[in-house]
Amino acid sequence: MKARQRGSQKERKFPSMAIECLVLGAGQQVGKSCVVVSMNGKRIMFDCGMDMAYHDHRRHPDFSRISKSGDFDKALTCVVITHFHLDHIGALPYFTEVCGYRGPIYMTYPTKALAPSMLEDYRKVMVERRGEEEQFTSEHIVECMKKVIAVDVKQTVQVDKDLMIRAYYAGHVLGAAMFYTKVGDSAIVYTGDYNMTPDRHLGAAQIDRLQLDLLITESTYATTIRDSKYSREAEFLKAVHKCVLGGGKVLIPTFALGRAQELCILLEDYWERMNLKIPIYFSSGLTMQANMYYKMLISWTSQKVKETYSTRNAFDFKHVLHFDRSMISAPGPCVLFATPGWISGGFSLEVFKQWAPSEMNLITLPGYCAAGTIGHKLMSGKRTKIDLDKDTQLDVRCQIHQLSFSPHTDAKGIMDLVKFLSPKHVILVHGEKPKMATLKGRIYSELGIRCDDPANNETVCIPSTHHVEIKDERAAEGILVEEKSKRAKIVHQDELLLMLGEKKHDIRFAYCFPINTDNLEDTKSTDVSTSSNALSMSGRCSWLPMLYIKLSDELSGGNIQFFGEQIQVESFSVSLCLKDRCPYRIVDSPPNKCEAVFFCCTWSIADEKLAWKIISILENLDYGTC
Amino acid sequence: MKFTCLSKGGGFHFPPCHILNVCGFRILFDCPLDLSALTIFSPVPTGYRDVVDEKDSDCIRYSILDSDCVTWKRQKIGKPLDANDLICAVPWYKIVKYLHLWNVSFIDVVLISSPMGMLGLPFLTRMKGFSAKIYVTEVTARLGQLMMEDLVSMHMEFRQFYGPEGSTFPRWMEQEELDLRPSALREVVLGKDGAELGGWMPLYSAADVKDCLQKVQTLRYAEEVCYNGKLVIKAFSSGLEIGTCNWSINGPKRDIAFISSSIFVPAHAMSFDYLALQGKDIVLYSDLSSLDTTEGVEDGYSFLTTDSFSTLSWEESAKALLNTSEHLEEREKLYYLCSCATDSLKASGSVLIPINRLGTFIQLLEQISALLESSSLKVPIYVISSVAEELLAYTNVIPEWLCKERQEKLFSGEPLFAHVELIKDNKLHVLPAVHSPKLLTNWQEPCIVFCPHWCLRLGPVVHLLHRWSGDPNSLLVLESGQDVQLALLPFQPMEMKVLQCSFLSGIKLPKILPLLNVLQPKITLLPEDLRQKVRFTNVNPFSVFHYSENKTLIIPSLKDSSELEIATDLAFQFQWRNLKHENMNITRLKGELHVDHGKHWLHSGNKPSKSNSSKSRPLLHWGTPDLETLLSILSKMGINASVEQGVGVEGSEKACKVHVHDPKKALIEIGETGTVISAVDENLASLIFEAMDSILDGI
Repeated sequence: MKARQRGSQKERKFPSMAIECLVLGAGQQVGKSCVVVSMNGKRIMFDCGMDMAYHDHRRHPDFSRISKSGDFDKALTCVVITHFHLDHIGALPYFTEVCGYRGPIYMTYPTKALAPSMLEDYRKVMVERRGEEEQFTSEHIVECMKKVIAVDVKQTVQVDKDLMIRAYYAGHVLGAAMFYTKVGDSAIVYTGDYNMTPDRHLGAAQIDRLQLDLLITESTYATTIRDSKYSREAEFLKAVHKCVLGGGKVLIPTFALGRAQELCILLEDYWERMNLKIPIYFSSGLTMQANMYYKMLISWTSQKVKETYSTRNAFDFKHVLHFDRSMISAPGPCVLFATPGWISGGFSLEVFKQWAPSEMNLITLPGYCAAGTIGHKLMSGKRTKIDLDKDTQLDVRCQIHQLSFSPHTDAKGIMDLVKFLSPKHVILVHGEKPKMATLKGRIYSELGIRCDDPANNETVCIPSTHHVEIKDERAAEGILVEEKSKRAKIVHQDELLLMLGEKKHDIRFAYCFPINTDNLEDTKSTDVSTSSNALSMSGRCSWLPMLYIKLSDELSGGNIQFFGEQIQVESFSVSLCLKDRCPYRIVDSPPNKCEAVFFCCTWSIADEKLAWKIISILENLDYGTC
Repeated sequence: MKFTCLSKGGGFHFPPCHILNVCGFRILFDCPLDLSALTIFSPVPTGYRDVVDEKDSDCIRYSILDSDCVTWKRQKIGKPLDANDLICAVPWYKIVKYLHLWNVSFIDVVLISSPMGMLGLPFLTRMKGFSAKIYVTEVTARLGQLMMEDLVSMHMEFRQFYGPEGSTFPRWMEQEELDLRPSALREVVLGKDGAELGGWMPLYSAADVKDCLQKVQTLRYAEEVCYNGKLVIKAFSSGLEIGTCNWSINGPKRDIAFISSSIFVPAHAMSFDYLALQGKDIVLYSDLSSLDTTEGVEDGYSFLTTDSFSTLSWEESAKALLNTSEHLEEREKLYYLCSCATDSLKASGSVLIPINRLGTFIQLLEQISALLESSSLKVPIYVISSVAEELLAYTNVIPEWLCKERQEKLFSGEPLFAHVELIKDNKLHVLPAVHSPKLLTNWQEPCIVFCPHWCLRLGPVVHLLHRWSGDPNSLLVLESGQDVQLALLPFQPMEMKVLQCSFLSGIKLPKILPLLNVLQPKITLLPEDLRQKVRFTNVNPFSVFHYSENKTLIIPSLKDSSELEIATDLAFQFQWRNLKHENMNITRLKGELHVDHGKHWLHSGNKPSKSNSSKSRPLLHWGTPDLETLLSILSKMGINASVEQGVGVEGSEKACKVHVHDPKKALIEIGETGTVISAVDENLASLIFEAMDSILDGI
């Protein structure tokens, strides 16, 4: 029987019944997200990030685990990138241009539009840093991006005949998406980073209620329940406002795309509301051209920002002016966005040198700065002296505000998503080990869903859903028919006989049994009639209703029907037997033949248990108490 | 499956409209307005003199009417149309002619393929009892909304002029009034068969439009929606305009592709995604654009048979589809149009271009401005429409809906369309109306003006035509296919040059067969009018049905059964029975039946099935029991039995009785159609049943 079953699975050409999940990065850590999922013969790489904490081979996922021979085109069906952050896309140019992967790569339109600038900025910082060998060139980035297929949210993309992917809005940064992937009947969702609450410029993550075998979710804030992002944004705005009110200058070192626009839209809004006239500058690296991307991609922002595009595109920054080098030492308060981020050199470093020594000024830093950059030095503890190079030391007296509103979902958001999707399994990635363990426990105990938190380079196997395909004709009381060299078929049982050209052979059970009438003495005495025949007749008339009442008591819930001549329960029917010699009267009759009352029952196999139960009830009845 | 074509429409602005019955659901494709019918109305007079004229002529007309009605009427009918024949009233609008014959409350789904196909939708959504689910792409919904809002705002001018409409039947629709109209006008009102009077409606309000938009569900391209668990509906780009689409409808019994007017390589919108419609069972071909042009005949395409195409392989067909000659042709047309425009400007005439299609409009903006630049003509371009600003801003925030070349602009950080820069450089002025102060302050002639409406009865175009109609150096650009004579009637005498252009608005005749070759459907539905133009040989791999207006086609079903998917865990619980005589295995199905995404699923359900714990017994038996075998099986079970032959049971001759004495008493009564087992206790009865079961087939 089992062999037959396996046979039909082979017909569908899916050799493996399990989903294999190889975590190449972001396993029990934050950084270089990369998960390779094998399902039903397809192999998909989700994200191809880089770990910026390392400068050796450890910064890349260990691609050799995908294919020993290095033939990645054969080993992978496609690569899917969730958003443009470096810990999700940083290793992609290396993977395609150096390792030689040439298969399809999918990402959303904004990610494709914004990623090159992110990669280029990072490349520059790395190259400028002494002793850093180049992992990929500008040409590599361009070539890599040419291989990318842009997708829209909710667009159902058929990668090949069997593999379907679909992006869902994730809200983490512009263009961030969760990816639904389906092969045959197995389906998974890989979330990337996401945010379950809307913020000032992005909406909340949105996904359909899908039937999933596996959910791979980030868990950056696995145990934290956070207040809304608004309060942390307000903190930032307050710090900036306080600084400029005191006549200070605010330096916001950023890269050309991403954070600059996110912060600027906050400041613009705030400036408008507070009616501030203090200038906001963009340094030369941050051209208005960069804003063009955001302007065109406004449909990926929050509802509120979206709605105003025709009157004024929210990324048409009204208050922003162009900054000239000569203005560095000009008096008066201002806010300046300067490139590159992390104060790794260039213009932002130039301004930093000038402004850092004054207590009035303010410098904002993102949540992450690459090691070796000034930004990184500033972040690591209270430092008043910064070594710019071997000979120069800078006295840092200005205030430093660390931006803390990274738009990740919190523990509640993760639990909400897991509960909403109710997958059969959950795998946690992109988090801190102890916190992930806590969340894992919660998911299992509160939602009853098996959950894993594999470390890097570990593989988790989970069973996948699999269906057997059959043709049917009106399957209500269905019978599945498998005929050699024909497709399996479902027929109704009446159709089956027609199909076979056979006649039905009905097997029924019959049982005729007497009821002990010893106890009928009382009844007899009350009966005035002298004819025994008449007696039994009148007795008979009252027997069946009596049985009916008794059965109704005993068989609660059974469908008992009384038709006057007989009592029917499902296929079981019982009636008085008037024959002298009933063939079904197998049981030895009681000696006093004339006083016995016989009941004849018949039933079919379906109600075998029920029938014998009723018979035993009837046989053991104490009619005296009736 | 049933298919009814309600209207073949007419041209780009009036797409076809159909109703499809499938899977017990009724689907309406598109709900357009016939805006060309607006030409029977007189435009709002722009000056005082005009008003006096109108009144005078009316007076004269009625005075004649009183004296000798009949002769006047005859005269009127024989004479060529003049401006006074036009109806001076608040215009009504004409919807699809046979739609009003259907009960809208029975429509389950409405699929809108283009903004033009949406213009009549508020008439439906405001009807009592209408409850259909409406699917439309996000961009079509937005563009449709803008077009409808613009229509309502332009219509306001009539209301202001004539005063509020009465809710009653307007006078011009009365039979006596209609009889007085020239036959050409009467035909527009009544239709050829006189059945179209019921299709006229007073225009919806802005509130109706808003309400309508709230009732639509918007989709992205290739987004999957499931209607009622049975129909999986997806929209794929058709290339006609930004956001227009074709439909893929997958049901449990058949997969359908609906093809509206489509363009393979458009210069602005995402191209026709025909590969997504491959391998469907049925293609509903609703691109009737090749009927509107006479081009085919000229080019010798008119009698197209499969002779040349039946031999084409799939690859060759696919290649034929991507032939870009039509694309180049369109570019040449635009270039010619631009050069005509610059000629007029050089002669200090102005150029008036009624906005008819979004794609043509934004491409013209780009090309004309480039040409002006290169020929160093400093001429302002105006776009005058209540929705122009929003429309132009919107086209620049929808990169996902554009062709590859435009998407490349997104990736390199350039604006998607040139008008963004033109507005910034003050070369292009976007204004809401002719009387807006901004226009009065920077108006300059000669100039180029883009404004609605192409029917020349509504909007700023009327005012500008009145202004320039006497200038022989000025140029008016119209789309061919329009009745120019009728359109220009109110502006006679017309000194302006008129350039008529035709633009590609669908699949060209020679590409229909290669397309079907590539799609490989089992059944194709084509309009009757294409029967002569697209001929199939007998060796077609698919059957072809031809449809015509207001006739219902019944399409035979392809599969008589649907598919059921069974969960693995359930499949492993099956207890197969091997049939004795035939190579057949059967098992009973038990589980929870679900219908989702057009598929039937059988799951094991929440309750663990009983059959798993105790062996289930066959409930149905067939065959003829063999006594010998029965006795031997019984004896193996330790049951001794003897046969009593010839005792008739219920008159049956073949019946026999088997008596069992050991271990306990029992009787097996075997008849032709059934067996009765009677035993003293449950165990014995059960054993005998097993014996019977083993000599019969059962399930």
